[in-house]
Amino acid sequence: MSTLEIKGLQVSVATEAGFTEILRGVDLTIKSGETHAIMGPNGSGKSTLAYSIAGHPKYTITGGSVTLDGVDVLAMSVDERARAGLFLAMQYPVEVPGVSVTNFLRTASTAIRGEAPKVRTWVGEVKEAMKALNMDTNFAERNVNEGFSGGEKKRHEILQLELLKPKFAILDETDSGLDVDALRIVSEGVNRIKGSSDLGIMLITHYTRILRYIKPDFVHVFAAGKIVEEGGPELADKLEEKGYAEYTTA
Amino acid sequence: MSTLTTNYLAPTGREEAWRFTPLARVGGLLDASTAIESVASLRITNAAPQIKLTVKSAQDLPAISISDDLATIRAREVISEVTHIEVAANAQPSEPLIMERSGLTGKPQASRTLISCGVNSHATIILINTGDVILADEIEFDLAPGSNLTFISLQEWSAKAVHLGRQHAVISKDATFNSIVITVGGSLVRLLPTVEYSGPGSSADLQGLYFATDGQHLEHRLHVNHNVPNAKSRVNYKGALAGDKAHTVWIGDVYIRANAEGTDTYELNRNLLLSDGARADSVPNLEIETGEIVGAGHASTTGRFDDEQLFYLSSRGISAEIARRLVIRGFFAEIVGKIKNEEIENRLMDRIDSELAKVEA
Repeated sequence: MSTLEIKGLQVSVATEAGFTEILRGVDLTIKSGETHAIMGPNGSGKSTLAYSIAGHPKYTITGGSVTLDGVDVLAMSVDERARAGLFLAMQYPVEVPGVSVTNFLRTASTAIRGEAPKVRTWVGEVKEAMKALNMDTNFAERNVNEGFSGGEKKRHEILQLELLKPKFAILDETDSGLDVDALRIVSEGVNRIKGSSDLGIMLITHYTRILRYIKPDFVHVFAAGKIVEEGGPELADKLEEKGYAEYTTA
Repeated sequence: MSTLTTNYLAPTGREEAWRFTPLARVGGLLDASTAIESVASLRITNAAPQIKLTVKSAQDLPAISISDDLATIRAREVISEVTHIEVAANAQPSEPLIMERSGLTGKPQASRTLISCGVNSHATIILINTGDVILADEIEFDLAPGSNLTFISLQEWSAKAVHLGRQHAVISKDATFNSIVITVGGSLVRLLPTVEYSGPGSSADLQGLYFATDGQHLEHRLHVNHNVPNAKSRVNYKGALAGDKAHTVWIGDVYIRANAEGTDTYELNRNLLLSDGARADSVPNLEIETGEIVGAGHASTTGRFDDEQLFYLSSRGISAEIARRLVIRGFFAEIVGKIKNEEIENRLMDRIDSELAKVEA
């Protein structure tokens, strides 16, 4: 049983106009096995929360804490956070020219597991995970995210989630840019991983659509850099009906 | 032949062709008063069927092309013996011919080679350059109609080496010249991969990779002369630089003459700056005298490591050191993958890793 605890998190980003505060004191605790949906309008700081936890250098932490089972996450380097058990499925996964998916997955797995995966079982493991996500086998030979369609990029993120087996996954707008079929495949992937592990999930989304496939235990409404309302799945239904208007008008 | 000719004048450094080159470091190769020894320096280490090597007198085997390169002019004056490599007509050797250098002393020397590819032959020749040299080197390629040659030269010279080289191909009708130039070693390397055509349907694919670290000067000056109709050229050079005073120069001159209708050309140079204090010069130049062409373009970029790529890899648990190694291997992969010789590819990738490790140390 693990706990990811975010307390009073304040984050700024450097812009041409100087430092702009984006997160204004975020409090959120996620335990193993729980799925928390973070919902909010565009520009409310949802992605900043995701990237700040992962350690993107663009963001400056100006206050608060993030701990994983009591250990200070913010003191760790980006790769240390991943090895500690955090995973960020990105909204815009980055192309890495000349690096094949198979080489990338093997290098990442070696880093996370602390030893190179056994060749004999590894190949089968990757193939099976790819098959479950409806990915063609030649996918492994392509360069990371290069020329991938939106759906392929998201499936590739979930493939990594399956193989790297983190304690907590942050899914940043994983539903964006997906058609209904791709959304179903990706969601089934997440649910399968959740069903076979104790994964805790922070599901960041603008729309309620993905919540029909991945059922949240808790819903948090995010506006202007902090959580403004919390509830159960029923809160998503309310948002579906009424939108974010009541949270964005001051 | 006399050692001094009236048409030879040592460069001052103000000439366009020499303005990037540290002339104080060329080891006397451009100085008419320096004694330069003629040497037939190529030695076969892995023979290929139907490719033979003979050494001939320079008088019996004159140069097949005109050059205005001063190092080449100077070298031609002193050359007494020429190495002739002949690929038999219709030969399709399954193995590459692999050659190394021998007889190089570290004193000023000049070497000239002619590689003749017979009609409809299809071969790969690999030249591995190692050692401590001061060498003016010319290799000409005479591609008969329908021939296909892949020539891979690896400049793995030792740290003090000076290499002024010209690799000039004359490509006839329906022939294809694939050049892969890899330059990682040497103090000063200035190479001229140049191409002219003698018949339509001919094609040149010029690929290059260079990695300069502390104080190295690695210069590649390409020249593609589209002087016939319906010929094709592709140029793709990629370089990395790291460390104080590492300097690379890439010049890509492509000329499309008035009669070169149907020309299809594209040239590309990408540089990756891995540390402060390094300098990459990149000058693509396209001159077009006819509009009746299939396509002509060029691109040049010089940049640093992409932070987003490194973040993506790090966010998967990969350490910064291994992430940088992955990115740089990936950067060079498209060139290295064309070598199609596992041993050389692995050695080159290891070399790239170790150059990178030097930067991080």
